[in-house]
Amino acid sequence: MKVSMRVNGAERSGDIEPRVLLVDFIRTNLSLTGTHIGCDTSSCGACTVLVDGDPVKSCTVLAVQAEGRAVKTIEGIAGTGALAPIQVGFHEEHGLQCGFCTPGMMLLGEELISRIPNPTDEQIRWAISGNICRCTGYMNIVKAVQHAAKLTTAASKAPAAAMAGGAE
Amino acid sequence: MSSTLHMHGGIGESIKRKEDARFLRGQGHYLDDFVLPRMAHMAILRSPHAHARIKSVDTAAASAKPGVIAVVTGELMAQHKLAWMPTLSGDTQAVLATDKVRFQGQEVAAVIAETKYQAEDARDLIEVDYEILQAITSPQQAKESGSALIRDDKEGQKDNHIYHWESGDKAGTQAAFAKAHKVVRLNTFYPRCHPAPLETCGCIADVDGVTGKATIYMTSQAPHAIRTVFALVAGIPEQQIRIISPDIGGGFGNKVPVYPGYVVATAASLLLGRPVKWVEDRTENLISTGFARDYHMTGDLALDANGKMTALRVHLDSDNGAFFADAQPSKFKAGLFHIVTGSYDIPTAHVTADGYYTNKAPGGVAYRCSFRVTEASYLIERLVSNAAMEIGMDQAEIRTKNFIKPEQFPYTSATGWIYDSGDYPKAMDVALKQLGYDEMKKDVDARRKKGEVTGIGIASFTEVVGAGHGADFDILGLRMFDSAELRVHPTGKAILKLGVKSQGQGHETTFAQIVAEELGIPAQDVLVMEGDTDNTPYGLGTYASRSTPVAGAATAMVSRKLREKARKLAAHLLEAAEEDLEWERGKFFVKGSPEKSKTIQEAAFAAYTNLPEGMEPGLEGVHYYDPPNMTYPFGTYAVVVDVDKGTGQVKVKRMVAVDDCGVRINPMIVEGQIQGGLTEGYGIAFMELITFDAEGNCIGSNLMDYLIPGSMETPKFEIGQTVTPSPHHPLGAKGVGESATVGSPAAYVNAVIDALSPYGITNIDMPVTSDKVWAALRSKGVTE
Repeated sequence: MKVSMRVNGAERSGDIEPRVLLVDFIRTNLSLTGTHIGCDTSSCGACTVLVDGDPVKSCTVLAVQAEGRAVKTIEGIAGTGALAPIQVGFHEEHGLQCGFCTPGMMLLGEELISRIPNPTDEQIRWAISGNICRCTGYMNIVKAVQHAAKLTTAASKAPAAAMAGGAE
Repeated sequence: MSSTLHMHGGIGESIKRKEDARFLRGQGHYLDDFVLPRMAHMAILRSPHAHARIKSVDTAAASAKPGVIAVVTGELMAQHKLAWMPTLSGDTQAVLATDKVRFQGQEVAAVIAETKYQAEDARDLIEVDYEILQAITSPQQAKESGSALIRDDKEGQKDNHIYHWESGDKAGTQAAFAKAHKVVRLNTFYPRCHPAPLETCGCIADVDGVTGKATIYMTSQAPHAIRTVFALVAGIPEQQIRIISPDIGGGFGNKVPVYPGYVVATAASLLLGRPVKWVEDRTENLISTGFARDYHMTGDLALDANGKMTALRVHLDSDNGAFFADAQPSKFKAGLFHIVTGSYDIPTAHVTADGYYTNKAPGGVAYRCSFRVTEASYLIERLVSNAAMEIGMDQAEIRTKNFIKPEQFPYTSATGWIYDSGDYPKAMDVALKQLGYDEMKKDVDARRKKGEVTGIGIASFTEVVGAGHGADFDILGLRMFDSAELRVHPTGKAILKLGVKSQGQGHETTFAQIVAEELGIPAQDVLVMEGDTDNTPYGLGTYASRSTPVAGAATAMVSRKLREKARKLAAHLLEAAEEDLEWERGKFFVKGSPEKSKTIQEAAFAAYTNLPEGMEPGLEGVHYYDPPNMTYPFGTYAVVVDVDKGTGQVKVKRMVAVDDCGVRINPMIVEGQIQGGLTEGYGIAFMELITFDAEGNCIGSNLMDYLIPGSMETPKFEIGQTVTPSPHHPLGAKGVGESATVGSPAAYVNAVIDALSPYGITNIDMPVTSDKVWAALRSKGVTE
């Protein structure tokens, strides 16, 4: 059957079996391999994407359930150019090692910052609690999200300051 | 993109990781991301039974399904003499079962189809008729007379016993025990757990029908050794095998062995002339690939009247599963368990081990550990804490009293290991100060008086990592050296090629830093390549904390070789005598005339453009490093826990980890490794368990049953350090990837037992779950 959705801002469609999982549609049909598969049971969160802005484990969602919706994957955060704040945060705070959980963790972090601009340690731990990282022990992921939150806040203030003609 | 891009990146600098650039963008290349032209997909049918005779396998319905290209059975593999393969421990393992299945999850047949979905659909239509046999799920059951014989395929095998192994001095130990003032015993079971890297195992086998070249993309921690094993097993000429280990999503030992799926996919690609991809799902990973531990241990510690340790006696029963496929050096049946005397100057010890076949998955790997060092460390550290409790001595004091003293190094242990270096009292001192031990003890006493259940645990571990020396350590005869090949281009930029393979450890950064230090080329200008056997020098791989001790040493040595050639080039350019040149990181200058200098980049350019007469052009080299000894990282971990009397829930309040891994090349990466290891140690102590019911069904076959620490459970860690350089490593480094997983389980459990000790509770086996703690408290009438 036909399925179409907006992925990272572009209209994408495919002709698939109704049973095809969203993660397989993203990885196989769209060749966006930054979304990973770690468990098949929505336990690990390596497959996390944002659907209409909400984090979703794409290994337990059918592709057809995303019909007409907006999907954001890691490839939608930044391409080959400059890094987005969440990516800078993970890099600067050593919030990744093998990199397998990282796309899911960064999408969660970015979504959290969009709701809570200055999240606490506990708020971050809660936000990423559905995703497993086997390498880092989470402390640096928490720091990474806080680092990104600061950058995001600074970036949002900068243009306003420039318009007001003031210097910070 | 990096805030540390401007830095030279020598040893001791926490530069940001080079490999992050692709991972941050979702542009890593993991195995399952590769798509080759005409690639087919493979799904494996596994046994639902732990022990059963195969009466028939009917593949007709599966073969008829749309998209199915082939169905492979054990019988077909047998026709090609590939139904069985050798293991890393000198045993045999079924590739696809022909006679019996011997564990739940064992490979029985495989379907190759156009898509993954089609392969899995057809797999479910294969009909196998089984005659169910008695399942044996423990060494105790395995040794009972009249137990079912698991390995009836092996000629001369009359029971389920695999090996008996001993180390140390039996008579001397007996004599010491006869004179002991006090003997403390601990019976404990280190249960089966699983490394469970977030990325499962898999491969894509691509055998070229014309040239016969087999290119196998594989989630392998040891691609070169795997190539040789494949050459030996499949009879393919070794130059016709290329193993490519792409980016790996965590390994922790799970990706060392050769799994049947790799062999079947390769055979299928050979027969079909198409690339064949096989990627495990999580259940396949947990129920069939390399597990860890499963050791039943009894330790006796003899003490004199002053609390001085006089002898240690240990026996272990090892549960090896259906095939003896432990991934470990061939001369060490029980791994490096004889490090069990730990950090203590124990005059005599005797260790015995017996291995048994059971109807459980084979392939004991060292889950973030150097070949059974974790079990040894756990036993001695639990035993020492229990001894302190029994004789009424402080658990820090009994350790300090018995530590091998700094001036005793190099120290030969009672089981024959030569410890290279250590300063155990210092690490203990730093840890206790960081914890505020004396204050914390008063706090614990005060709170206990109020009826609270709280305690402190200490572990002062010593590891033995970085195998070889090659004469003692080998895998299937391959000596455990490692290698580095360094090529400096005319413009002074370099490529470093290694025989090891990162799975997240940050090799692309750390090893570039070694070149930056030793050859003076900034780390950003050094590209590190690994994981392609056609394009990197031979090495034994990354596991057992051996990359920095062995490949790191090789990198330092090859950098020094090139520096010596660069010295000749600089002398030529400066028209000076070689012996008149001084080296300062990055340049040579004439003694007494620092303005007369040539940079390493200028020397490199000269190697291609302006050579002294008779010199071979180019600036490149290779070094194979066979370490003279192992390295011995150590540390002291201290944990404070609160226990909820009503529920048995344990809360880790503090975790102080002081590690000494010698010289730290990139401190940020080292601390990241320690934090990760402490988390996996926490998981092992409190959560992670692979167990079996009486029929041999695996409990723990998915991440809802096999519990891995998440962000809410994982404690916050307080990291500290001491630095005692290895005297024999060119950089003084020792390896650190596994220290925290080796040392921390005993610290966590010691804290719980300390909390429960006022009620006479002396042991709870891991994982220390709430229900076990609650039951222990209830048995003592502490809770209802």
